[in-house]
Amino acid sequence: MTVAAEGSPPLRMAGARRNPLLQSEAVQGFALISPTFVYALILLVLPILVVIAHSFWTQNYLTIDHTFTLENYRIALTEPIYRDLLWRSLYISLTVSLLTVALAYPIAYFISFHGGRHKSLWLFLITIPFWTSYLLRVMSWKVILGYNGVLNSGLMGLGIISEPSDALLYNSTAVIITLTHAWATFAILPIFVSLEKVDRTLVEAATDLGDGPLRSFLRVTLPLSAPGVISAALIVMIPTVGDYVTPKLVGGKDGVMIANAIQAQFGKASNWPLGAALSVTTMIIVSLMAGATVLVIRALQRLAR
Amino acid sequence: MLERVQSERMQSDRTMIDIRDVTRSYGSFKALDNASLAIREGEFFSLLGPSGCGKTTLLRMIAGFDTPTSGSIAVDGQPMDGIPANRRPTNMVFQSYAIFPHLNVEQNVAYGLKRLKLDAGEEKRRVEEALAQVSLTGLGKRRATELSGGQRQRVALARALVMRPKVLLLDEPLSALDKKLREQMQVELRRLQQAVGITFVLVTHDQYEALAMSDRIAVMFGGRIAQVASPKEIYQRPVNRQVADFLGGMNFVKAEIVEENGASLVLDTLGFGRVRTDKPKAFMRNGGAATLGIRPERLRVLWDNASAKFEVAGKVVERHYFGEITHLIVEIPGLEKPLSVTETNDFGADDIPVGAPIRLAYDPEALVAMAD
Repeated sequence: MTVAAEGSPPLRMAGARRNPLLQSEAVQGFALISPTFVYALILLVLPILVVIAHSFWTQNYLTIDHTFTLENYRIALTEPIYRDLLWRSLYISLTVSLLTVALAYPIAYFISFHGGRHKSLWLFLITIPFWTSYLLRVMSWKVILGYNGVLNSGLMGLGIISEPSDALLYNSTAVIITLTHAWATFAILPIFVSLEKVDRTLVEAATDLGDGPLRSFLRVTLPLSAPGVISAALIVMIPTVGDYVTPKLVGGKDGVMIANAIQAQFGKASNWPLGAALSVTTMIIVSLMAGATVLVIRALQRLAR
Repeated sequence: MLERVQSERMQSDRTMIDIRDVTRSYGSFKALDNASLAIREGEFFSLLGPSGCGKTTLLRMIAGFDTPTSGSIAVDGQPMDGIPANRRPTNMVFQSYAIFPHLNVEQNVAYGLKRLKLDAGEEKRRVEEALAQVSLTGLGKRRATELSGGQRQRVALARALVMRPKVLLLDEPLSALDKKLREQMQVELRRLQQAVGITFVLVTHDQYEALAMSDRIAVMFGGRIAQVASPKEIYQRPVNRQVADFLGGMNFVKAEIVEENGASLVLDTLGFGRVRTDKPKAFMRNGGAATLGIRPERLRVLWDNASAKFEVAGKVVERHYFGEITHLIVEIPGLEKPLSVTETNDFGADDIPVGAPIRLAYDPEALVAMAD
C-alpha cells in the first residue's frame, strides 16, 4: 500500500510530462462521452443541419435550387393550412401535457405517500402497457372509441345514447385521449421521483405550524415537487407536438397534425425545402413553448409561498 | 461543591402537560407502557433514555403526530384527544430541523404566522423579534440552503418560538451539531428558555445534555419511566442500576439488607463494611439483596500517610490518562469487580504506578442504595 502510494506521484508526473493533454480532466471527460457524442453528432446534429440548409433552398421539380430564399418560411407561416395545422398541434400537445400531468400527479402522489411496501409493485404495474407495441395500444383505442366500439356499445347498453356516436373517433379529441393515455407513464415517473425526494418531516413541520392537509400540500409538497412536474410536462409536450402515428390512426381528417403535413412534403408532395421549413418552424415554436412552460410553472411555484 | 443554579424565572406548580396512563402499542410491541407524567408550567423538562425507550414516541404524541393506544394527554388543562397536530398549542423543533428548502430564513420563520392573517407590520415585527432571540438578526434573506448546521437549528427554533406556543417540543435538537457547538447551544437553549418562560420538553439520549439544561428529567427505559427528578437527584440518587449506569460511571457493590425502616437502610457489604444509607423513594425490595453504588469521582486517592474516617485499600491494576483527569482501576480484596476511580491530576494521579498499593477515601453520603 505505502510503497504504491509513494511510488505513484512521480509516475503520474512522468505521465503528465509525456502528454499533459491526456491528463486533463476535461479531456478525459470528453473521451468518456465521445461514443455517445459522435453518435449524436452523426444521427442528430448533421441531419438537423441538412434540414436547416434545405429550408433555405427551393425544390425545382426533380432538382434542388441552392439559392438562398425565405420563401418556404413565408409559406409555412402564412399559408392558412399550415398555420392551422401548427396551431392544432400546439393545442393538442399543450392539452395532452396538461391532462397527463393532472392525471399523473395523483397516481404518483398515491404511490409515493401511500405505496408503503408495495411501491415497486405499483411502478411495475404502471409499466405493463409498455409490454405491447405502441401501434397496438393506439389500435386498441380505435376499438374503444370506434363506431361499433366498446364505449359506444357500453353507452347504448346503459341506455344513455340510442345510436352509436361517431363523435368519438377520427378527430382531435380522439388524438388527445390516446396520447394522454400513451404518455401517462412518462409523466408519472418524474413526478414520483420528485415526490420521493420531498422530506416527510417538512410536511410534518408544516402541520406543526398550523397547516391542514390541503394547505401543507399546496405550500410544501407541491412547490417541492415542481421540478418533477416541469420535466413531466416537457417530456410529454415536446414529442407530442411532432407526433405522427397517432393522428394518422385515430385523428381522421380533423385530427391531422403538423407532422403529417411534414411527412407529406418529404413524401408524396416531394417538396423537401417546404417540409424542412415546416420542421424548423415547429422546432423553434416548441422550444419557445417549452421555455414558456418552465417559466409559468416557476411563477406558480413562487406564488404558492 | 457549588449548588447548581436553579431557574430564577417563574416556575409555578401548575401542570402544563398532564400525561395519564399513556400506552402506545405497535402490535404486541409496547413503545410506551403505561406512562404517567406531569410537566410543570415554565419548566425545562427532559425525556432521557437510550434509543427505542419510547421518549420520541411520547414527544410525538404530545405534538399530535402519534396517538396513544390508551390513556390521555392534556395540555394546559385541555384534553388533546382527537385534536390534530395543526390545532395544538405546541410547536416542535425537529431533529433534522425540517427547514423548508424553497423558502428563505424570513419566510421559514413567518410560515406559521401566515395563517394568523396578521397585518404586515406586526408579522414583520414578530419575525424580527424571533430572529433576534436566536441571534440571527440580519440573516432573514438568506436561502435555507446557504445555512450552517447551527444556523439551521436556530431557524428551526425561531420558527417554533414565533408561534408563541404553550409548549416547545425539542426532538434531539443538538445531536447533529459538533461537540463544541453543542455545548454552546446547551447554554444558549437554557438561557433562551429562561428568557421566554415557555415550557420546554427536550428529548435526548445524551445524559450530560439533560443534566446541564433541565429543571427536571424523566429517565426512560423500554417504554417505561424509571425515575423523574431534578438532575442532581437523578445523578446522585438513581433509583436503580439501569438509571445509575445510564448517567455516567458508577461502581456497583453487592450488598445485603440487614435492616429496613421508613427512611433508611442498613446494608452489609464486602469492602465497604456495614453502611447506613437513605432509602430511595421508590425502593422495591427484592429479597434480601441490594446494590450499593458509588460514583468514580467520589472516591479520592489518599496520599502518603493521610488518613480518612472512611477508607478502602487495594491495588492499582490499570491507569488511563485523560488530560485533566486520570481513571484508575483499583482491585479491592473481597470485591468481585475492581472499583473505577476518577482523580484529578493536580496531585500526580497520572504518575501512580500500576501495581502500587493504594488507599481510597469516601464519604458515606456518596454511597447510594439501589434495588437489585
